[in-house]
Amino acid sequence: MNTRLTTKQRLQIPRHKMPKQEASIRAANFSEVNLGYTEQLALREASRCLNCRDPRCLRGCPVGVNIPKFLNLLAHGKMAEAAQSLLRDNALPAVTGRVCPQDIQCEANCVLAGKGASVSIGNLERFVADWASSHREQLPAIKISAKGKPVAIVGSGPAGLTAAGELTHLGYSVTLFEALHKPGRVLSYGIPEFRLPKKNVAQEIERLRVTGVTIECNVVIGRTYTLPELQKQFAAVFIANGSGLPMFMNIPGENLKGVYSANEYLTRINLMGAHQFPRSRTPVINGVRVAVIGGGNVAMDAVRIARRMGASDAMIVYRRSRSEMAARAEEVHHAEAEGVKLQLLTAPLEIFGDERRWVTGLKCQRMQIGEPDASGRARPEPIPGSEFILPCDVVVVAIGARANPLLTATCPELKLNRQGNILVDENGMTSLPGIFAGGDIVRGAATVILAMGDGKRAAKAIDRYLQNQPAKATA
Amino acid sequence: MNKVISRRQLSPNITRLDVLAPRIAEIRRPGQFVIVCLTEDSERIPLTIADSNPASGTITLVIQAVGHSTLELTALEPGAFICAVTGPLGHPTELPASGNALCIGGGVGAAVVHPIAQGLHRRGVRVTSIIGARTREQIIFEAELRQFGNLIIYTDDGSHGRRGYVTTPMPELLANNTWDVVYAVGPGLMMQAVAELTRPAKIRTIVSLNPVMIDGTGMCGGCRVSVGGETKFACVDGPEFDGHQVDFRELLDRLTIYHTFEESAHRAPSGHCDKKISIPNEPK
Repeated sequence: MNTRLTTKQRLQIPRHKMPKQEASIRAANFSEVNLGYTEQLALREASRCLNCRDPRCLRGCPVGVNIPKFLNLLAHGKMAEAAQSLLRDNALPAVTGRVCPQDIQCEANCVLAGKGASVSIGNLERFVADWASSHREQLPAIKISAKGKPVAIVGSGPAGLTAAGELTHLGYSVTLFEALHKPGRVLSYGIPEFRLPKKNVAQEIERLRVTGVTIECNVVIGRTYTLPELQKQFAAVFIANGSGLPMFMNIPGENLKGVYSANEYLTRINLMGAHQFPRSRTPVINGVRVAVIGGGNVAMDAVRIARRMGASDAMIVYRRSRSEMAARAEEVHHAEAEGVKLQLLTAPLEIFGDERRWVTGLKCQRMQIGEPDASGRARPEPIPGSEFILPCDVVVVAIGARANPLLTATCPELKLNRQGNILVDENGMTSLPGIFAGGDIVRGAATVILAMGDGKRAAKAIDRYLQNQPAKATA
Repeated sequence: MNKVISRRQLSPNITRLDVLAPRIAEIRRPGQFVIVCLTEDSERIPLTIADSNPASGTITLVIQAVGHSTLELTALEPGAFICAVTGPLGHPTELPASGNALCIGGGVGAAVVHPIAQGLHRRGVRVTSIIGARTREQIIFEAELRQFGNLIIYTDDGSHGRRGYVTTPMPELLANNTWDVVYAVGPGLMMQAVAELTRPAKIRTIVSLNPVMIDGTGMCGGCRVSVGGETKFACVDGPEFDGHQVDFRELLDRLTIYHTFEESAHRAPSGHCDKKISIPNEPK
């Protein structure tokens, strides 16, 4: 429809906003905030792409999606072809279209970003991914891969799923091991329904299953099987079991009742359905005043959940200023629109409890911006005499996680850094030949898309590694 | 999916399930546990592996029906399936190579101390066990524990064995014998009492903790306990710790977090919970 537009005409089309649930309504439900483009909006938005001769958007994509190609096909209404192109590059487009920080990746590089507003690449990726899920009959039947050498993947999160998709496409026989009873890891237990519906996650995982990926849940590598045992059965292993142990602040009162790690709070609700208790059997303490400590996406997810669970005061407590918050800008805006309050430049000192050891408040102090620290971010410094008490009945600590030692402890030969993260070379290979690693177990806490980039790179490196290996007796 | 092979009622509220889990049956060691999740919407709960039979591929779970999830599990009949049985998790029990060991199990703790006594016996350690419960019908694993050495039984009402608590004979036992290690498994207050009795003589005392847990792999931190002034995660650092270092008050207190929810799950099939229901200060 939009094939004959001139560049000038394309430039005149305004960027299309994502339709969304109204803030006052969505703050009381768990349904997705963003409603998605209609087909008409999507085609119109896609036709804003100028088809640059040197498309810079590509360089901003950690998984290397051929962005202009799928946008161009979409602008021409070639849905099935756009979907095929996107799915070939990205195993989880319905996920990345929703949770990627496009504003600092592809869209930041878009030539239109300098002229006012970039093409809404993320929204369009989401549109094409959802179209693909609801029009499977219009896509060519997926070939079940030839049973090539067996490759094990530890962890079914973004890195593991991406590697699984890529390796299956390359003809390997892939088995994914997952410790929990549902696959997806952070996509299932971490990111809430209103940002990433579990239905979409399930569809992406189902598509991988159809292509021949075997997923074995309830298997803890490091406990049920050790890494050396996997090595005996598989030609190569990709470790993507994520970060593990949640960090606490080591301030008094952290073991009071009503204090959660973000991991626990999110898992109770997103994975175990505690917001539907007692229909789901896992409970969660329903705070009236909830203080979430941290400034990243996990903190934003937790505080918005608290709001939806009925907290009259859902608060972010963050020791730096707004510009240092690691959360996606859109999530911070959404949270504020939903009534979340930001206590910025505020550092927790102690958690107070009543005589029964239930949380009653958070002692904080105000901070001011100082000199930049090792991370390059301005170091917050306490303002003397600024201590105050923030009354609350639930505290959620969302300040990151340490490396999980379960797997690495059973394989001492695996080289780790001082934080316990696995050391890898530029191909993602660990100190042990044939054992690769990626995602948070290597990076510490990072993003879904960076983990996916690791998964894709490792899959290619595993392919090169196995191509150069003589046929292995055990394979 | 794991199939229930057999079910036996050990006492009015304690049930033994033998569940098909061949890999776990093959490699489990004393002190380890599994996370059990009956259906996709059930709670994930930790249960110690009381025994296993590698030949038949089964593990033994001994479950006391206290909350909704344990009630549902104990109602399972042979042939039923459990959505998830994950493990074996936690560090295996630290077992000496020889010497004298005292194994103490209170209530359902008798089933948890069973694999420890079994492991000790297999290594040639001399085992004395004390088990206790309120009444005769609540005494479990009597025959099993008797195979591994001397067994002393106490009931609160004297209806079986001697009258008293598992701690009743301890002063005499500690005074008249040399113990290399004491294991105590049961209600928090019982484990605390044992640890206090062994503290003066500095006898190594190992307790098995049972805090609330979700994933069992270190991810949630819900099972944190204070040991020697440091926060530990029972799932990956435990579940067994030096009883002289454990903050039992905090452990007991954290076990009450969801009591109101359990009451409401028993009561009503719908509606949100009222957080203001009173919480007992001293849980049993």
